[in-house]
Amino acid sequence: MSKETPSQTVGPFYSIGMTRQPMNLMASASTQGERICIEGQVLDGDGVPIPDVMVEIWQANGYGRYNHPDDKQEKPLDKSFTGWGRSGTDAKCFYRFETIKPGPVPGNDGAVQAPHINVVIFARGMLVHAFTRIYFADEPANGDDAVLNSVKNKARRKTLLAQRGERDGKIVYRFDIRLQGGGETVFFDM
Amino acid sequence: MEIKTYNPRDWRSHPPYSFKDYGSSVKRGPLKKLLPLKQTLSEITGPLFSDIKLAPGENDLTRSADSGKEAMGERIIVVGRVLDEDDRPVPNTLIEIWQANAAGRYHHPVDQHNAPLDPNFSGAGRCVTNERGEYRYLTIKPGAYPWLNHSNAWRPAHIHLSFFGPAFVTRLVTQFFFPGDPLIPLDPIFNSVPTKAGRQRLMASYAHDVTEPEFALGYRFDVVLRGRQATPFEGPQ
Ligand SMILES: [Fe+3]
Repeated sequence: MSKETPSQTVGPFYSIGMTRQPMNLMASASTQGERICIEGQVLDGDGVPIPDVMVEIWQANGYGRYNHPDDKQEKPLDKSFTGWGRSGTDAKCFYRFETIKPGPVPGNDGAVQAPHINVVIFARGMLVHAFTRIYFADEPANGDDAVLNSVKNKARRKTLLAQRGERDGKIVYRFDIRLQGGGETVFFDM
Repeated sequence: MEIKTYNPRDWRSHPPYSFKDYGSSVKRGPLKKLLPLKQTLSEITGPLFSDIKLAPGENDLTRSADSGKEAMGERIIVVGRVLDEDDRPVPNTLIEIWQANAAGRYHHPVDQHNAPLDPNFSGAGRCVTNERGEYRYLTIKPGAYPWLNHSNAWRPAHIHLSFFGPAFVTRLVTQFFFPGDPLIPLDPIFNSVPTKAGRQRLMASYAHDVTEPEFALGYRFDVVLRGRQATPFEGPQ
């Protein structure tokens, strides 16, 4: 068996290779599902927003199906939606995605997972990427979600909840990510 | 739904989040223990970019895409294979490439190193592995560059690479280095990898069989992504 190639930081200049073109507009006019914007800042251990950070997300479509051959559910595929997005930050250190709210997807042992978005974070200064999940604070199914419930500390569980708001008639979920310190986001070993 | 999961991240291979010799890592990684997550459909699927169409020349960084003019510096050919931990090829996977120019300067507004920019070198490229997991691109050997991590700090020549693999959990971003570079043992980013064997896996090797006469030197850099967990009752192929 071969060993994994070690991870290294993306460094300060990752935008040359990874964010020259916008890749954060995931939903087109024909995409099925509730249109949402997800935005937030990634904060360091001093609570300072990080400018040179990159966030990637992966999600199911509005029906709760992933655009991937290992998802063998009967649910419809949406040709207009890959489920993947990537965002650097703007001048105010905000990342942002325009997407649709994912449908619920199966979990393990016959359970259903609450709608969520899978997140991976890269930054200058991060030698290894970090995995987390975005859940929707106003989603009733959260109470039965196995991953959310595996976070025993309720205050920490809240770090996985995006808060729903509205701006210019659009639904905007705010999701800040705290890499360390008070309110450190829950990151997963997966 | 039955799913076939991936091996856990091999934390003996990867650097820690916080490595004090690399100053900016100290405040930028989780301090709390990561929460174990049993993989679900969300983790074993991931972006495949199976319909991606690369523009001609994306795997050739030695020419400006706009003018077709040649960049300055030593041309190199980089080849390698992307494999999983069971040495199975990872086919049709996207690789993103970025690097400094021959003078050690990035085409980026934040890079203020007083070294010349090359108008014909963007430092960005992409390629896709073939059915055998092989990739190949043409570029300019990057220069070393200074940074402010410690006094007289220089990054050894390196090229940044981004990989996706077949699932959300196989994502990897890394850098590789060139053999014989005296700056390597002084580099905290390289040294953040906890084992000598792991650090060795960040080294490209000179490949004379890849070198093309009168044209360019060849280097080989193979990459291993997380493999799929063996299923105990899988029959012989
Ligand atoms: Fe670099």
